[in-house]
Amino acid sequence: MNTASEEQWLFTISSKRRIIELNFKEIARYKDLLFLFVKRDVVVKYKQTILGPLWYFIQPLFTSVIFTLIFNNIADISAGDGVPPFLFNLAGITAWNYFKECLTGTSDTFKKNQGIFGKVYFPRVIIPMSVVISNLIKFGLQLLVFFGFYLYFVMFTEKASNVSLQISLVLLPVLIIVMGTLGLGFGMIISSMTTKYRDLTFLVAFGVQLLMYASAVMYPLELIKSKVADGRIPKIAGYLIEYNPMTSIIEMFRVITLGIGDVDYSMLIYTVIVSTIIFLFGLVIFNKTEKSFIDTV
Amino acid sequence: MSDVILKVESVSKQYRLGLVSSGTLSHDLKRWWYKIRRKEDPFLQVGEANDRSTVGNSDYVWALRDINFELKRGEVLGIIGKNGAGKSTLLKILSRVTSPSTGVIKTKGRIASLLEVGTGFHPEMTGLENIYLNGAILGMTKKEIKFKEDEIIDFSGCRRYINTPVKRYSSGMRVRLAFAVAAHLEPDILVVDEVLAVGDAEFQKKAIGKMQDISREDGRTVLFVSHNMGAIMNLCTRALVLEHGNIVFEGDEKEAVNFYIMAKKDKEQIDLKHRNDRIGNGQFLISYITLMDSNHNPISEVLSGKDLIIRVEIDKKEDIDYSKLIVSIAFQDSNENTVLLFSSDELKSDFTNLNNSNSFFLKIPKLPLRGSFYSLRLVTTYKTTRVEDFIDTIDNAFKVSVIENDFLNTGKKLRRLNQVFLEGEFMA
Repeated sequence: MNTASEEQWLFTISSKRRIIELNFKEIARYKDLLFLFVKRDVVVKYKQTILGPLWYFIQPLFTSVIFTLIFNNIADISAGDGVPPFLFNLAGITAWNYFKECLTGTSDTFKKNQGIFGKVYFPRVIIPMSVVISNLIKFGLQLLVFFGFYLYFVMFTEKASNVSLQISLVLLPVLIIVMGTLGLGFGMIISSMTTKYRDLTFLVAFGVQLLMYASAVMYPLELIKSKVADGRIPKIAGYLIEYNPMTSIIEMFRVITLGIGDVDYSMLIYTVIVSTIIFLFGLVIFNKTEKSFIDTV
Repeated sequence: MSDVILKVESVSKQYRLGLVSSGTLSHDLKRWWYKIRRKEDPFLQVGEANDRSTVGNSDYVWALRDINFELKRGEVLGIIGKNGAGKSTLLKILSRVTSPSTGVIKTKGRIASLLEVGTGFHPEMTGLENIYLNGAILGMTKKEIKFKEDEIIDFSGCRRYINTPVKRYSSGMRVRLAFAVAAHLEPDILVVDEVLAVGDAEFQKKAIGKMQDISREDGRTVLFVSHNMGAIMNLCTRALVLEHGNIVFEGDEKEAVNFYIMAKKDKEQIDLKHRNDRIGNGQFLISYITLMDSNHNPISEVLSGKDLIIRVEIDKKEDIDYSKLIVSIAFQDSNENTVLLFSSDELKSDFTNLNNSNSFFLKIPKLPLRGSFYSLRLVTTYKTTRVEDFIDTIDNAFKVSVIENDFLNTGKKLRRLNQVFLEGEFMA
């Protein structure tokens, strides 16, 4: 052995860490594990249920019915001319659900997996990645339901006179990626912070619920803007809703699928930037935490 | 071949005692404040040695302090130490579960630990699905697992249940399946923590047997942590002794075991002064027991087949005629069956020297006990062995740990029984 090859170490373990350490080579080596985790999440979820994967469809459908009943029929929020409120709500809920599942699914990564993490090493980031991917499958199924109703309303009823497919539908993958990154970013931040200080776990449960109301899921952003102009909603609340990245994502989702909504491309770029920053920030503290969380959890 | 596969350079690990949540925020802020000024972490300077039994001044202790060693390819390194010496912490750092506070570990091979069985088993998934998931968690690729699938199922002996969810398995089947996966791992460096070995006696035997196969036949590099000195001497080519997070001995495995059992004088004197469960008239009280090797060095554990000296110290209360004293020392197994009995009247021992001393010895040449724990029963009586004549008697005075060793000098692996050895020979 000469000294040159003596220095070729496969890896080193030390207390020092780079700020962003996403070892793609290592993740590639563990890609089988990633897919097995995805498979586990998908297969296990509805085992020993009668309806099985039908639950994927039932939950957004029922929520949409309730939302239509409460917000459109009782509270009289207009979804827009020639747009069926049910379809409007279904679009919002489908998009929101993906973000929500990514966020809540990754936010307890460390706590939920401390048994495995305390025993064997693999790139920890595999777990939140698998959550985002398995939710993508669920989201795909829900998207099919949405397009099923979409076709029904457009072809067999007169209610959807204003609804039309947009050429911007090609942006859908971008939108999905942005939602996933945002959910993953937030989830990683929360999961890292809750290992030492458990306070955030209490926030996540109802915080996500509150965030939904601030994300233009069951009302159009236009409505908020007009109410702010009328002075019926404080300006600060209006800004909060408008610059909430999820608002732009959901509005954008409705723009490209239903052709309604009040958002432009500059807002999309803004959202992409915010999501990227949150994702990178999440990755940094996730990497920092994974090295020693087992001592503090 | 002097190919270094693993290099551990001044690795230390610090832990904070007490509740993690109280006051950590202020310490974290202080750390951060030092960090942005590029100063060294202030709390890394304050730690104390990790001694479980004494109260320290600092909340911070060093579970490991300045550990340096190298591992060559094909070497089997044993790590010995008492509970809390830092063995498991070292293994945790090596298997990358936690990171060291300071220091670097460099390795040329993949490290995997054998006994983390069943990690990530999901009860809802079938046995086969779990083989794949568990294998992948332990670092195998799908291809590797597929290649060994049949072998793993056969080894586990669960072929009939392989498409049944694991939650329907008996606990024994679960362990078998889990171990079958772990046993087919082929890392470059295998980390084996025998302390973590769980399961019934049969499974432990199987697990230890597998470890022996791996290290002996495959010539794999192995890090082996054990309390079983016999296994260390059987398997290892070199050993480290850890004490309070420091390496106190490094070298030949036989010397390491000797070093480990040769304990410090003050600690290994067993204090019986405070025992109240005595029977007898109390003309004197048994105050201390010390175990010693043939050179009168105090030891904490005994190797079977080696000479053992038991020193008993008494606290005289009244003068008696020591020529009429009868002492018996019995070794009892965990079921309170007497395995060995040394009785001074049978041995015709004489205690008249106790008139001007307060200690006596029992010398046992070539201790014939197999590796296990035995409790000592001490009886001292006057003239007769009837209960009325008891001077001082202590049951379960002390647990003697006997370490399995090659008593018969045959080099064969010994069965695990808590019985005595006797020499003998079969003829045909």
